[in-house]
Amino acid sequence: MNAHDASAMARLRADFPILTQRVYGRDLVYLDSAASAQKPRSVIEAMRATMETQYANVHRGLHWMSERATDAYEATRDDVARLLNAPDRAEIVFTRNSTEAINLVAHSYGRGVLRPGQAVLISEMEHHSNIVPWQMLRDAHGVGLRVAPVTDAGELDLAAFEALLADGRVGLVAITHMSNVLGTVTPAERLVRIAHAHGAKVLLDGSQAIVHRRVDVQALDVDFYAFTGHKLYGPTGIGVLWGRRALLDTMPPFLGGGDMISSVTFERSSWAQVPHKFEAGTPAIIEAAGLSAAIRYVEAIGYDAIGAHEARLTDHALARLAAIEGVDIVGHAQDRGGVVSFTLANAHAHDVATLLDRQGIAVRAGHHCAEPLMRRFGLDSTARASFGLYTTEAEIDALAAGLERVREFFA
Amino acid sequence: MSESFETLRDLYQDVILDHGRHPRHAGRLAAFDAAAKGDNPMCGDRIQLWLKYAPDGRVENTGFEARGCAISVASADLMAEVVAGASVEEVRALFSAFRDMAKHGADARGTSEPNAALAERLERLRPLAGVHEFPSRVKCATLPWHALIAAIEGTQETSSE
Ligand SMILES: Cc1ncc(COP(=O)(O)O)c(C=O)c1O
Repeated sequence: MNAHDASAMARLRADFPILTQRVYGRDLVYLDSAASAQKPRSVIEAMRATMETQYANVHRGLHWMSERATDAYEATRDDVARLLNAPDRAEIVFTRNSTEAINLVAHSYGRGVLRPGQAVLISEMEHHSNIVPWQMLRDAHGVGLRVAPVTDAGELDLAAFEALLADGRVGLVAITHMSNVLGTVTPAERLVRIAHAHGAKVLLDGSQAIVHRRVDVQALDVDFYAFTGHKLYGPTGIGVLWGRRALLDTMPPFLGGGDMISSVTFERSSWAQVPHKFEAGTPAIIEAAGLSAAIRYVEAIGYDAIGAHEARLTDHALARLAAIEGVDIVGHAQDRGGVVSFTLANAHAHDVATLLDRQGIAVRAGHHCAEPLMRRFGLDSTARASFGLYTTEAEIDALAAGLERVREFFA
Repeated sequence: MSESFETLRDLYQDVILDHGRHPRHAGRLAAFDAAAKGDNPMCGDRIQLWLKYAPDGRVENTGFEARGCAISVASADLMAEVVAGASVEEVRALFSAFRDMAKHGADARGTSEPNAALAERLERLRPLAGVHEFPSRVKCATLPWHALIAAIEGTQETSSE
């Protein structure tokens, strides 16, 4: 994928049917992929084909159709294991989304393994989904919550991070692999090394990172990794928790119900093996087919090409936006992905978003589910443009031109 | 400039841009009888509001501090303007009529039929009627009113629906 090769880009964009939609009579300029990415035809097709040709409940039927559906569902587990370079396919737990994956760890590892008096360490740049579960754990179970600060540039303050681990009471570090607001990619390998040296396990929230970077859980040496399907060009309703087998085996279940037991009497139940222990109830069977197709789509393009394209776009966006009078970019990390937050003087982010919307340009505005981070930077809200593998430089130029008009409007 | 961009003038009329930028009623009142906060958790708009009654029970003065978009600040300021001198019942009736206007436009017939005195106050809120074309922004316009009603009822905390 080479952005300078217009016909290659046109072919790639043709994979995404929605990109031909027009809004307010203009071509859609979709710069909100960090909230949710658009879907290639192969994902849509895989879900349709599942429903039309091999749909039944999984792990239950003895009949042909259920066996086919089970095979397909379990094959997605292999796809995810390959994507993450997980050593064991049984370490892949399907959840509804990242939020549920993090809540699973907060519940099963937090209550089942951590002890009152220990602490969880997060950072100032977490999404609410990696803050609130730990507050709930703190309030219910007496596990402390510590917060590592970020610098003015929007990078994790590594010295402060390490200092917060020094007393050895932190049992788990739960931290983003890439900020959905600042675009910052955190130095995951280093964080893991530091945390392990102080006896803490590490959960990475990979919701944003996995869209832009190859993730190798063995190279990272991390303990848990969470991501969500819908940001990775897959469907909503399916996410993933990867965890080390040795940890997952010791953790109690999260939800109780069908599929997660080995036997049930009214006196007691015993749990199924991982990953089924953590997959109570009928799973997202159709969505799993979509996720499989999404992973294959990303693999076919390749993270090298995706990363290079997005790095070019991000550089272009930073240069174009910084040249607009009154625009302030929030977050200047050295290592960053395709997410750019900004403010415009004299205009609130919601007004900016509304004015861009009427020019056919979709951006997000608000606190981006990261209120503490907004407060850290003394802001209530920002506007945010975020890029996917289908985003073009022309779309970023449209954003810059649109912002000039917004600026004039409020001048 | 495209037609859809021009419809933005319906929303961002000069009155609104002006009140949004230079609100006349911004600031905490030195003396007040009631106060409330309003919060729009979806987008992070916040308003804090103070209310002073006259001896006859009518609204004497309203002051506010808002952190939000041009629409919410302008709406708070225009609200403070039109409720001055109104009775509590009139404030409620105004809110109901204003909400209809924000949701359905100035010419929509709401459930409440304002009397002449109210109609005149309501007329001054008309620049905000354009918000009905922007469904995701209606809450911005109604948030200050929710805070005002909360102050009157003594609930102190509210969020726009
Ligand atoms: C960094 C980060 N973490 C977690 C989430 C939550 O994802 P989901 O809503 O799919 O659970 C998001 C996206 O909203 C995110 O950007």
